[in-house]
Amino acid sequence: MTRVGIIDYGAGNLFSLKTSLERRGVVVEITDQFSKQMNFDGVILPGVGNFGAATKTLEPSKEELVSAVKSGLPFLGICLGAQLIFKRSEEDEGEGLAFLDGEVVRLPKSVKVPHMGWNNLEIAKRGELLKDVEDNSWVYFVHSYYPKTTDNAAVAAISDYGVKFPAVIAKKNIFGTQFHPEKSGPVGAVILNNFIEICRS
Amino acid sequence: MPLAKRIIPCLDVNHGKVVKGIHFQNLRDAGDPAPLAKRYCDEGADELVFLDITASPEKRKILEKMVKKVAMVLDIPFTVGGGISSLEDARLVLQNGADKVSVNTAAVKDPELVTRLSDKFGGQCVVVAVDAKRRFDSLQDRITTEEDGSSFWFEVHTYGGSRPTGLDAVAWAKQAEKMGAGEILLTSIDKDGTESGYDLPLTRLVSEKVSIPVIASGGCGTAEHILDVFQKGGADAALAASIFHYETYSVTDVKKYLRSRAVTVRL
Repeated sequence: MTRVGIIDYGAGNLFSLKTSLERRGVVVEITDQFSKQMNFDGVILPGVGNFGAATKTLEPSKEELVSAVKSGLPFLGICLGAQLIFKRSEEDEGEGLAFLDGEVVRLPKSVKVPHMGWNNLEIAKRGELLKDVEDNSWVYFVHSYYPKTTDNAAVAAISDYGVKFPAVIAKKNIFGTQFHPEKSGPVGAVILNNFIEICRS
Repeated sequence: MPLAKRIIPCLDVNHGKVVKGIHFQNLRDAGDPAPLAKRYCDEGADELVFLDITASPEKRKILEKMVKKVAMVLDIPFTVGGGISSLEDARLVLQNGADKVSVNTAAVKDPELVTRLSDKFGGQCVVVAVDAKRRFDSLQDRITTEEDGSSFWFEVHTYGGSRPTGLDAVAWAKQAEKMGAGEILLTSIDKDGTESGYDLPLTRLVSEKVSIPVIASGGCGTAEHILDVFQKGGADAALAASIFHYETYSVTDVKKYLRSRAVTVRL
């Protein structure tokens, strides 16, 4: 049985993500305090909400989580969870997990913010997470900020909304999607399945 | 690429059962919202809207159960509306898997509710539903438009379209945006149920005056109507009920047609 932990840091709706993993035969545990002893095969940091508030509620899990991920535990950050892969955000104070170099910045003034709706993925580097995902696939976004990384090799796909921004981050066992795979129809399903496969292997 | 224009089937539910759209042949329990929702989702619907018209002391329990069942099978966003009047109502719906709530009468009565919802759950969760009807009398400070030589404004109605409020619908939509609404679900009472096309002047007027997405509703009878409301009405999304329920078109048919007319859709 593959066991995936979802870290609950008060960001709201975990039901959709949980059921969409359970539909795929995964045992899901929701925790507000991650520890390595939980022996998960993978961990997901979901999220809608504010960067600063999230860093505070993540604090009790942070040390163990950083250590587990650095020693290879598959990690998927979704939306705000993908932004928390980085250290700082323009949105608020607080320190993220700092797995990758870069910072989280606001979408440009030239477009309606939040970026809400279906947009395309331009795949830069397919890798394991985007296996069988076609170029220009549609995925569902809801966000006002995006991660601007200096680590170009970690950008697996980009989207274009007033600016070209990283929509999928992938570096070794660390993954992030700025969109919501659990709300992205069949494309999102493929991506979640791929993450589960990564957890299994 | 611009964002895709969204196609949103709407389901009316009463006591946990779909009350329109029970014409699908090969669904075992035709009134069960979950399989119907899944079917729309599989056909390529971009979102779904559930309008709960249950009037019962058991409303919350019934709603909670329905939202959960739907959330179990859907992997696209969905909105729940109908009698949402407090943070508690909204929390019940959102915690059980809905992505957005729509508020109507309660928001007109207490516009601060929009701000409270938006502060608590984020503006992206808050859809303000505006039911509007043409008024041909001339009153001061009303935002007017014209069609076929006559001038009119739009009055907000509450309680399922039954009660006129005197409020200007365009001004109310603008206020709702200011109070923190993430989207406007704009229904034309004149057009609703007629299948004669969306109210284009209404949709255009509101789309021009607010900078949040506008979902057009009321009057859809053909795929051409949807094309018109995007191209001439400036809508970001089109809501329709009967054309999908009665299988006049599938969502895929509509999207293929729109794409052939150079509208960006998720297909």
